[in-house]
Amino acid sequence: MQIDIRKLEQITIVDAAGDIDYSTSPELRRVLLREFRELKIPRVVLNLTSVRYVDSAGVASLLESLKASRDLKSRFILYGLNAKVTQVLQLSKLLTLFEIRENEEQALKS
Amino acid sequence: MELRSNPEVLCVVRGAVTRLAELLGFSESDNHLVILALDEAMTNIIRHAYQGQRERRIEVTFRLLSAARDGAPRQALEIVLRDDGLPVNVKRLQPPPLQESPIEERKPGGLGVHFIRENMDKVEFRRRDGRNLLRLVKALPIAESH
Repeated sequence: MQIDIRKLEQITIVDAAGDIDYSTSPELRRVLLREFRELKIPRVVLNLTSVRYVDSAGVASLLESLKASRDLKSRFILYGLNAKVTQVLQLSKLLTLFEIRENEEQALKS
Repeated sequence: MELRSNPEVLCVVRGAVTRLAELLGFSESDNHLVILALDEAMTNIIRHAYQGQRERRIEVTFRLLSAARDGAPRQALEIVLRDDGLPVNVKRLQPPPLQESPIEERKPGGLGVHFIRENMDKVEFRRRDGRNLLRLVKALPIAESH
């Protein structure tokens, strides 16, 4: 998995690519929690356009990041989910808890 | 297929089994469900049975078999995973059904077993001769049965 970070004013965009699984999810978790807990960024956007696969460890990292965002009154927005990523969030009964947008423009504006 | 308990093999297995499931005629969605179940089963072996040790052995076998689903005979894919690790806590393999619930009540753990149970038609576990054996079965689509 590859992770790139872009900074806009008061917004961080995290571009993830590849598979988010047991092997790779700790790094994504670390990056996201740092944005919320240490840097206190009010809006973190996770670009999943190039993510092919997410397993339960990946979902757990997303859930923990969402909890951190709620605790700190920040927003955590996902966009670019493919059918597999959507399916795994549905299986997890978490799809409705996340703020999900179609594309980056919507994620930044909404 | 004989593998080492290194988490980096997970993506290799996913690639190989995706192709197998395609050849057997699984839809893209069912293919993903099978891959997810197998991936979670292997992750559980690495995490719990082998406690993160990376060089232990995991055997995975695949077989096409006849099974019954909804009263009709169907062919099915059987996947059996064997490991020599610590005994599995059987209670952990039978989690309560997952419910839609507020975020405050959601815990990050336990999803892997939920995926295995939800995605496969049959899930059986046995401990025999000091080894864990997990058997997963998923029926093939009717039109594509061989």
